[in-house]
Amino acid sequence: MSTFARTDTSLLSRWWWTIDRWTLAALISIALIGAVLILAASPPVAERIGLDPYYFARRQLTLLPIALALMLGTSLLSIRGVWRSAVVCFIAAVALMVATLVAGEEIKGATRWLQVGGFSLQASEFVKPSLAVIAAGFFAGRHTEMGKPGFAIATGMLLVVAALLLLQPDVGMTLVVASVWGVQFFLAGLPLVLVGLVLVIILASGVGAYFIFPHVQVRIDRFLDPAGGDNYQVARGLEAFRNGGLFGRGVGEGRVKEVLPDAHADFIFAVAGEEFGLLVCLAVVLLFAFVVVRGLVRAFGEDNLFVMLTVSGLVVQFGLQAIINMASTLHLMPPKGMTLPFISYGGSSMLALAYGMGVMLALTRERPGKGVLA
Amino acid sequence: MNNRNESLDPGRENLLVGHQAAGRRIRLDGARKQAVETGRNRLLVVGTIFSLAFLVIGLRLIDLALIGPGAEPLLAASSSAKPATSGRADIVDRNGIVLATSLPTMSLYADPAAVLDAEEAAAKLTSVLSRLDRKWIVAKLTSPGRFVWLARNLTPEQTFQVNRLGIPGLAFQRGERRVYPQGREAAHVIGMTDVDGRGIAGVEKQFDQALRVNGKPVQLSIDLRVQAMLRRELSWAVKEYSALGAAGAILDVTTGEITALVSLPDFDPNSPATAVGGAGFNRASKGVYEMGSTFKLFTMAAALDSGTVDLAGGYDATNPIRVARFTINDYHGKGRWLSVPEILVYSSNIGAAKMAMDMGAKVQREYLGKFNLLSPLSLELPEVGQPLIPRRWRDVNTMTVAFGHGIAVSPLQLAAGVSTVVNGGIARPVTLLKHRPADDATAGTRVLSAETSRQMRGLMRMVVSRGTGKNADVPGYRVGGKTGTAEKLVGGRYRSRSLISSFVGAFPMDAPRYVLLAVLDEPKGTAKTNNYATGGWVAAPVVGRMVRQMGPLLGMAPARPTQDVTPIPDQPLVVAIKAALADVRGQGLAAR
Repeated sequence: MSTFARTDTSLLSRWWWTIDRWTLAALISIALIGAVLILAASPPVAERIGLDPYYFARRQLTLLPIALALMLGTSLLSIRGVWRSAVVCFIAAVALMVATLVAGEEIKGATRWLQVGGFSLQASEFVKPSLAVIAAGFFAGRHTEMGKPGFAIATGMLLVVAALLLLQPDVGMTLVVASVWGVQFFLAGLPLVLVGLVLVIILASGVGAYFIFPHVQVRIDRFLDPAGGDNYQVARGLEAFRNGGLFGRGVGEGRVKEVLPDAHADFIFAVAGEEFGLLVCLAVVLLFAFVVVRGLVRAFGEDNLFVMLTVSGLVVQFGLQAIINMASTLHLMPPKGMTLPFISYGGSSMLALAYGMGVMLALTRERPGKGVLA
Repeated sequence: MNNRNESLDPGRENLLVGHQAAGRRIRLDGARKQAVETGRNRLLVVGTIFSLAFLVIGLRLIDLALIGPGAEPLLAASSSAKPATSGRADIVDRNGIVLATSLPTMSLYADPAAVLDAEEAAAKLTSVLSRLDRKWIVAKLTSPGRFVWLARNLTPEQTFQVNRLGIPGLAFQRGERRVYPQGREAAHVIGMTDVDGRGIAGVEKQFDQALRVNGKPVQLSIDLRVQAMLRRELSWAVKEYSALGAAGAILDVTTGEITALVSLPDFDPNSPATAVGGAGFNRASKGVYEMGSTFKLFTMAAALDSGTVDLAGGYDATNPIRVARFTINDYHGKGRWLSVPEILVYSSNIGAAKMAMDMGAKVQREYLGKFNLLSPLSLELPEVGQPLIPRRWRDVNTMTVAFGHGIAVSPLQLAAGVSTVVNGGIARPVTLLKHRPADDATAGTRVLSAETSRQMRGLMRMVVSRGTGKNADVPGYRVGGKTGTAEKLVGGRYRSRSLISSFVGAFPMDAPRYVLLAVLDEPKGTAKTNNYATGGWVAAPVVGRMVRQMGPLLGMAPARPTQDVTPIPDQPLVVAIKAALADVRGQGLAAR
């Protein structure tokens, strides 16, 4: 694969020799598996709502190369470039979220999408990676001249974003954003007392959400008492895994996609379980785990606090989404609408994740002086 | 590129440029090293948690896909909590006997391509399903298609036996079949369903939604035992008198419940093809007929109740009445003045017409309206007939309606009106649904005074004990009633050979419980009836035989003769009434 000579010092050559090729390969594998699964899962859903059978697949497969290009492009950035792109992205995303609240269209009781041209844009997806970068900057800034205000600013940003998310309302996304922020907070070396306090606050907001938002309450009640309410999607999803067994029923032989409204999005993992079986599902889990663990290992070897916090935050966000999605489908936790990174249908989600992973790749590139404490 | 700067907080590096910052920088570097060290330690915690989470997901996947549903009893219960396809609810009679029910059935089909040995399969199948022909099965199983029906509606036992044969390529289609265990007995009441299980007639249609959704049986007021008796007696009469058809109704006058409702000819709801043509027509509730002299009961009740006449009064029936183009005559005219009781007992058209004129059209219509004879009956059946009433109510209409001509009502409607006459004067809505005990007291509106009703019961008893209704009498059961014989209007003319002969009765007359009506369509007289086909000869015996069977069945003891109701103590009949009187018919209506 040595397309580039080591003596070549061009931008691309340096990128090729410094990028974490294993993580890159894992991410591209996930995206390719996602492409196959969207072809398997989405036609029945599209047909059911009166669209051309390949409507979702075509949109997703058009967007996939764009997302990969965005990821690779972002991975070319320097640390400074990453910071600048995140600031721009964050400001734009927050502005779009405000616009969404004003002019967004309401779907299934929540105002999350903004119509831009032919696309429904979910601005909050882009807030997730950019906030992770910026919060890391302010957390790391504690040890620079900036000093203590870094925490205050990071906290303020989280509160603004959380408020905007709760107004939509989008409790799940709020929890993810808050969790990523919390992990960074934890890693940034804050006193354990404060860490405990933050944990209590996150728990309290979870309990609060249960009492404030009726749909959260219903979902949790149904999880705790499966016999009580109809947990239709989850029950069918579990059946799908059982039907699939070790090797699956075979491509196109799945039935769960014909009954689940979200077979192409939140429940795509069930389709994978039914058609491709346990082994493929375990492979998917391993790929996600590999990206997460390797990302954390790279962060561990990092001596730049900003890089460490950013990489950890992005990897945690990526891993958390994957875990929440798979755990929901497997009935390990209350069902929560969360996309499976790079696999579920959803343009905004995929582009935002591509950006986030691009940043992760950019920051985990080998740099001169790395490993030596400055 | 300046590595030193890049390793610091990006965008902030300018703050650190300059020699005056050098001292702080060393201090900060020390703190940063420590922070990075803390971060690393804590990363181990985060990494461990995430690894565990992925491990749990992996184990859960293995648990679901390989270990299977046994590990999840709670969820398995919830996912299959939907009840199996709930069938259409039953229809039962007032004692809970099933009149209509749905049975799950299995139909056997085969995929010829998957059958290994057609000869062997046919041999095995005929050993279980003997009605099938072996050659026919072989032909089916070797046909080129992928789907052939072999046998429909198998019993559970047959299904089990076929399954036990273990022939590859055979499979069952689950279905549901509506079954009417009582066959024709209450066909017109129950109605039937189409092939898709939707009610298309009778109670099945009226309560279609409830039967499909509620799952609770619909309990009718019909008493299957009485229903079967009435059907048998009417069938006998239809055959004996070569009638075109018949209708019959039995009502509980204290509640308005219909105990029996028969229309002949009828059909078998189990084979819908039998309902084509006239057999599907409900003569009892949908058909409307000019009922003839039974209507005189309403004329007399209205006249007595409104004070137009009393039992001591009477009218001169010497001469026929000529009104407009019509002549109203008595069939067996007495040619003299008749008392009020005599008018009913002799069934005098002239007397009834004069009585109605005396009362006036307004009062007559008012009472007929209160007897619910001028508008369609409110009933739990889709098949309810619209009464035919005179468009303009002139004098001639007042006179003819008085003896049941020029007005057509359904037989059930007439029976309902008569139950108001005899039950103390209360009009109760008729119903096909069994009353709960609590419902009975409140329902109903008063039409006649209790005294008028008592007088009418006396008069009706007299018709049976001494008049035209003698054939309906049953010792000890104090039957009362009124005969009716009307000429049918065929092609715009009344035909003296085409009769609607009826008898409406009630028993026991001192405290009536049931009203019974029997109507025969175009009966022919026999030698036994002296070739008479009038209500008194052909319909009254049906009611008599019904009372004889119903009374003991329903626990009503016969009374000793002395307990018989004394008709009208103050007003003994002026004229002794002969034992058998020919029924008096309306005559000369259609032609001059």
